[in-house]
Amino acid sequence: MKVLVPVKRVVDYNVKVRVKSDQSGVDIANVKMSMNPFDEIAIEEATRLKEKGAASEVIAVSCGVAQCQETLRTAMAIGADRAVLVQTDADLQPLAVAKLLKAVVDKEQPRLVILGKQAIDDDANQTGQMLAALLDWPQATFASKVEIAGDTATVTREVDGGLETLSLKLPAIVTTDLRLNEPRYVTLPNIMKAKKKTLDTVTPEDLGVDVAPRLKTLKVSEPPARSAGITVPDVATLVEKLKNEAKVI
Amino acid sequence: MTILVIAEHDNVQLKGATLNAVAAAAKIGGDVHVLVAGSGAQAVADQAAQIAGVAKVLLADAPQLADGLAENLAAQVLAVAQNYGHILFASTASGKNVAPRVAARLDVAQISDIIAVDSPDTFQRPIYAGNAIATVQSADAVKVITVRTTGFDPVAAQGGQAAVETLAAVADSGLTSFVGREVAKNDRPELTAAKIVVSGGRGMGSAENFKILDPLADKLGAALGASRAAVDAGYAPNDWQVGQTGKIVAPQLYVAIGISGAIQHLAGMKDSKVIVAINKDAEAPIFGVADYGLVADLFQAVPELVNAL
Repeated sequence: MKVLVPVKRVVDYNVKVRVKSDQSGVDIANVKMSMNPFDEIAIEEATRLKEKGAASEVIAVSCGVAQCQETLRTAMAIGADRAVLVQTDADLQPLAVAKLLKAVVDKEQPRLVILGKQAIDDDANQTGQMLAALLDWPQATFASKVEIAGDTATVTREVDGGLETLSLKLPAIVTTDLRLNEPRYVTLPNIMKAKKKTLDTVTPEDLGVDVAPRLKTLKVSEPPARSAGITVPDVATLVEKLKNEAKVI
Repeated sequence: MTILVIAEHDNVQLKGATLNAVAAAAKIGGDVHVLVAGSGAQAVADQAAQIAGVAKVLLADAPQLADGLAENLAAQVLAVAQNYGHILFASTASGKNVAPRVAARLDVAQISDIIAVDSPDTFQRPIYAGNAIATVQSADAVKVITVRTTGFDPVAAQGGQAAVETLAAVADSGLTSFVGREVAKNDRPELTAAKIVVSGGRGMGSAENFKILDPLADKLGAALGASRAAVDAGYAPNDWQVGQTGKIVAPQLYVAIGISGAIQHLAGMKDSKVIVAINKDAEAPIFGVADYGLVADLFQAVPELVNAL
């Protein structure tokens, strides 16, 4: 079976972003960009399914600017067989991405789509669920364990208060949580091999999808700063301060 | 304008997060209805009917709604969606699971994790792990929203007198079935609702050492939390994780012990009223957000703290 893995190019998770002074957005010019960490886990999981013989081909797909090619090359260095870039300079919101991915799914006919649970830039946590809704496929979000047997996926999910296990009829959508796996390091030989793999580029127009944003961002501002704290010399002072100054215990 | 709030519950007890979502609905303004979808959930509907400010409770009761499967729950919401201008979910594992499915079917954008209501169509939400706040406006006919529970003070659970109306339950989608659940044992207050949270990080060193936080949490009546580093190292169960990818908490007092204060952790706790950090590294970023910092070895400071309380 084919597995499709959407990946997103985002500001690297170690970068502390700054809000632009005109409040139009955050300043991402000249900052390091990487693959969204949850998507790395998704690619790793798909690659492991292939290594176990449960998947026949892994296709990575990304939507966005031309530089997303780098993210797709990384995905192919981890283990994806080929890649599709839906290239556009438009501001893509989750609903638009879900519609683009649906068009790619209709074309490629995968039996499983593995996405990250959320992107660390917009923190939306929507795309996988939206894609499942548009395809009318079952979904298992926040997965920490995935097992494929025949036409069924058994997925353990991280929920508030513990874990739950679902059984899904394939084709299905899975979104990854952190503990699903530990993505492998990409090795130099695999980076070289990834350069030779196929990367097809299409546009939203080719796919017949309207990507106009639905939400208008009026402004982006700094979160309220916390007032500077103090360092206390010992435990006794700490307890005294908490009791009498902060009055929280 | 009428607003639908989807109740969060376990078929027996209404969860506190519902009260925060109703609070957000009250800020938007308009009649507030609550949907209880479950199995054998009459008691939950009765509790929902008593929430202050709720005008009507809709109860859909059927076995296929027992476990909150996204496919069935989304279909149940969609069955009544046309009557509402806003559909609100608490931003919990369940709300996040279902809301986007509803939004996509309605062909509308979903607004995730709102922390403030500026007007019925304009909301504030954190992006980039809480390092920026975006103010977004929706032009969609129906606004599908998840509510960050720590952003809104809960409304009173008592004082309302809403009528309970029974809805026909949607048929089972047949796409997914529930296999089982492993609930982490926990006698302490629920992490997201606790007034005091004590969290441990990688500095704890081992799962055994984590137990030194127990007496402290007991004395304070606190919930226990953990950083991602502590969870990944196996020191603490993963539903204790506080951060961008775990739970978002905003207690009165947050005590960070042996936690360096990575961006991803701060995203989950920096709206706490008072933050205390105990760390032996004076340069740790956690001291940048702490109201009270103590540079000390936690293995001495924590027992001392327990004795001093």
